[in-house]
Amino acid sequence: MSLLEIKNLHANVNNIEILKGVDLEVNAGEVHSIMGPNGSGKSTLAQVLARRETYQITDGQVLLNGKDLLAMKPEEAACEGLFMAFQYPVEIPGISNAYFLRAALNAIRKYRGLEELDAMDFLPLLKEKMRLLEMDERFLSRPVNEGFSGGEKKRNEIVQMAVLEPKMAILDETDSGLDIDALKIVAKGVEAMRSKERAILLVTHYQRLLNYIVPDYVHVLVNGKIVKSGGAELALELEEKGYGWTEPAAATASR
Amino acid sequence: MTLAKTDQLQNYLDAFSAFGVRTERQPAWFRDMRERAFARFCEVGFPTPKDEDWRFTNVSALAQTPFALARRAHASGAAYTDLLRPFRIPGAACQLVFLNGRFAPFLSDLEGLPKGLHVGSLAQALAENNKTVEAHLGRYLNIERDAFCALNTAFTEDGAFVYLPRRTVLDPPICLLFISLPGDNPEMTHPRNLILAEDESEANVVEDYISLGSGVCFSNAVTELVAGESAIISHYMIEREDSQAFNVSTLRTQQGRSANISSHSVLLGGGLVRNNVHPVLAGEGGECLINGLFIGNGSQHMDNYMLVEHASPHCSSRQFYNGILDGHSHGVFHGRIIVHKDAQKTDAKQTNRNLLLSDDAQIDTKPQLEIYADDVKCTHGATIGQVEENALFYLRSRGIEESSARRLLLLAFASECLVRMKSRQVREYLQNIVQGWLPESSRYAGAKAASAGGVERQWEEVG
Repeated sequence: MSLLEIKNLHANVNNIEILKGVDLEVNAGEVHSIMGPNGSGKSTLAQVLARRETYQITDGQVLLNGKDLLAMKPEEAACEGLFMAFQYPVEIPGISNAYFLRAALNAIRKYRGLEELDAMDFLPLLKEKMRLLEMDERFLSRPVNEGFSGGEKKRNEIVQMAVLEPKMAILDETDSGLDIDALKIVAKGVEAMRSKERAILLVTHYQRLLNYIVPDYVHVLVNGKIVKSGGAELALELEEKGYGWTEPAAATASR
Repeated sequence: MTLAKTDQLQNYLDAFSAFGVRTERQPAWFRDMRERAFARFCEVGFPTPKDEDWRFTNVSALAQTPFALARRAHASGAAYTDLLRPFRIPGAACQLVFLNGRFAPFLSDLEGLPKGLHVGSLAQALAENNKTVEAHLGRYLNIERDAFCALNTAFTEDGAFVYLPRRTVLDPPICLLFISLPGDNPEMTHPRNLILAEDESEANVVEDYISLGSGVCFSNAVTELVAGESAIISHYMIEREDSQAFNVSTLRTQQGRSANISSHSVLLGGGLVRNNVHPVLAGEGGECLINGLFIGNGSQHMDNYMLVEHASPHCSSRQFYNGILDGHSHGVFHGRIIVHKDAQKTDAKQTNRNLLLSDDAQIDTKPQLEIYADDVKCTHGATIGQVEENALFYLRSRGIEESSARRLLLLAFASECLVRMKSRQVREYLQNIVQGWLPESSRYAGAKAASAGGVERQWEEVG
């Protein structure tokens, strides 16, 4: 059984069809990358999978570990092992990073019937993950994402992923806006998460990130459909030829 | 029973003549002041919504209630020890307890107070005809302008007198607990506090208003806070009386050169609450922070009236008020800033943020800037909205269920105010109180549906 199985997924936002029949299978242990030009539906796909309610699903099915993902609330999806690193992480003044993450981890642990962690047990775990992402300890007590630079926000997303240890991680343009040093740190954090039990889906516009996290499969999303799939070399080809190169294929696929 | 306009006055006349016997130990100068204040109150009566300062708050229910002077409550320490335990702030320097407006020495704890500063009953200081009290009491308050201040002065009997000599520094908070004991009939108290902080002194003072029992009562409190050069004083006001209580409070601060004053208000209880904060930045380089949180539910009415007077150059003031309103509650934020002619280089900022959790909750927010100097920076802004969907989704996407996520966001919104409180003891105490006071998640069902069609309004101006 695949970890994530997307079949003929159609989704609208404000009655405009954005996803027009996406099919994708991701197995545990695999890293997939979805690439595509602006407006192709990449972020919509990520948000639909994270169960954002602003999208209407008009057709299709998504199974997470064999369970109907589209029937889950966002918090249920998270508890079932799904995680999305946000393209634009939200600032939440008034809640410290440490408090927030412990609340999240304990919600997930509770759902799975595990004992909740107190602050004494939790802090060493969080500090370890923050060291991995080279984040200063002062971020522990700072409000979630408030006043963080773009790079700090993205690193904070990966810290969250490392703490919550999802089975299915989706990174929505985590690379955009990062300088090369920050990109390397993020990539290192993601690489450290690579495991047999876990699948990672990298949603990105650029090939750059894939120099540091080499995917097993690359899919090209154009106009709401996956028009081409291949290995890591496909990303390089895209980088060289641009997305224009895939358009005849898109035309073929939609015929 | 309600009173017609002429009977309202008669009610207070009766109370005032009955009050005379209680105040025989007061010095003549103060009795004169009270007489003048009462005459002024009789002249102007209670304000009406036609008065610009009372546009959003109708006090006719208060005016029509025949309040009598509060009974003298005789407390035996043992019975109260357990009752009062939740109202003692851990780590406080001392706690003065006032029962129905009068100092209750047996319930108070002054033992931990260091030598060199004075914290005690104002009635006693008046009875001793304390010259420092005479030099300051009633000298800052405008009884001409404000009927409630006149009424308080007319009926001043007791309260706290805090005196901090030069360079006294006290970090643990000085706590003043005002307890209303509602009786069979509506009763009123007029607590009066005087805080004198000499040059370079530092302290935290907490005023906490609570009810033991349920019923109609009226607390009309006034605090005059005088801060000398470079004094650093934080004042905390907590209102959590019974839902049938009327509470009007006025904090009037007078700041000397480079003095730094913070006023923190946390309004949780009370039926009709009016919170007046009136700092006057009288010396150069003064700073003041005016920080507040109000959480309304049911049919609570919470009116925050800020009047910040910049009377000297190079002063800065910051106002931050956050409101959370549920049920049919009504909140008001009226932020008035007056920059006098000579107050050049004034830097004044005002922000009022509000969350409306139900369709029937209401907020009126009104900035009012009066600037008579020409080289100043004044900004104000206000927001009215619902719990932010983006933030809610973010928390939920991390596994936190919706009701907990909403609660967490409300707590976060409230915490914006709490984190500005410098006294650790008070902040931590209030964090617990506020957490327990936030609306239960089940009540949001309606609010969530409303938020889809809700409007968010936001504006900011620079003047």
